[in-house]
Amino acid sequence: MTADAFAVGGRNADEPAMPDVYAQRAFGFWLYLMSDAIIFSLLFATYAVMARNNAAGPTGHTLFSLPNAFGETLLLLFSSITFGFATLAMKAGERARMLSWLLITFVLGLAFVGLEIREFHGLVQAGAGPDRSGFLSAFFTLVGTHGLHVSFGLIWILIMASQVMVKGLTAPVTSRCLRLGLFWHFLDIVWVGIFSVVYLPGIL
Amino acid sequence: MARSTTDNDHGLKFYLTGFALALILTAIPFALVATNPLPKLPTLIIIGVAAVIQVLVHLRYFLHLALTSTPRENLLAIVFTAILIFLMVGGSFWIMLDLNHRMSM
Repeated sequence: MTADAFAVGGRNADEPAMPDVYAQRAFGFWLYLMSDAIIFSLLFATYAVMARNNAAGPTGHTLFSLPNAFGETLLLLFSSITFGFATLAMKAGERARMLSWLLITFVLGLAFVGLEIREFHGLVQAGAGPDRSGFLSAFFTLVGTHGLHVSFGLIWILIMASQVMVKGLTAPVTSRCLRLGLFWHFLDIVWVGIFSVVYLPGIL
Repeated sequence: MARSTTDNDHGLKFYLTGFALALILTAIPFALVATNPLPKLPTLIIIGVAAVIQVLVHLRYFLHLALTSTPRENLLAIVFTAILIFLMVGGSFWIMLDLNHRMSM
């Protein structure tokens, strides 16, 4: 497998199209990510329209915590770079090193989901659940959808880690891990949007 | 980008460069909101600009998107997606702001 197989899509643009099943799967997964990007964009648009409709209830300024949002941001960013290290270890064919980086990525992602669940729980306890106002409905839908994606990503990491353990770094396993990488890095991009559109302007 | 340079470009250094850039682009907006040295509008503009640059950094350094080495159909898909997002998000804002304006008359 050439180094290009690890880039998005897996082959050069100026090469003749080859019936490369892994390149096709990478492209199919890329299309899925694009449709996911549209879903998130529309949830962002909904949030931006609803952000001021707090129905005389609490606003982001009183509800959001800057340290909490910063902690979540750092956890996801660090999990992105540790997944990158796992990809590099996979490229080098070092299975044990790849598995330890996958495990660290999993722990960071789990801590992120934990912080988010704690935040959501605190909000609902404080009477600021999704039924309180249009602003909070949009907030829980947007941030919750992202959190759900991260949770599914965590399950996927566990599945791929066990496949790497049982089957080794075979071509199908490697290509699945690359698609998982696309998914994981994509979720960090969505989070950049969330802290820039939801948390920072809300706290400001 | 030539095929031979791709391997080096996507190595450890490549990821760490992206990580450092992402950290800086995260620290700037968070620091601005934490210390509040600027009025609201410039702060919001800086948050927005830092976010757009950070998204590009992630696409380049983590998703390895490049104008020359990424397959053309993937680039077409992301450009098409960007156009759809622009139309749907821009259209939503246009309609809702217009509605706000008319309802408050």
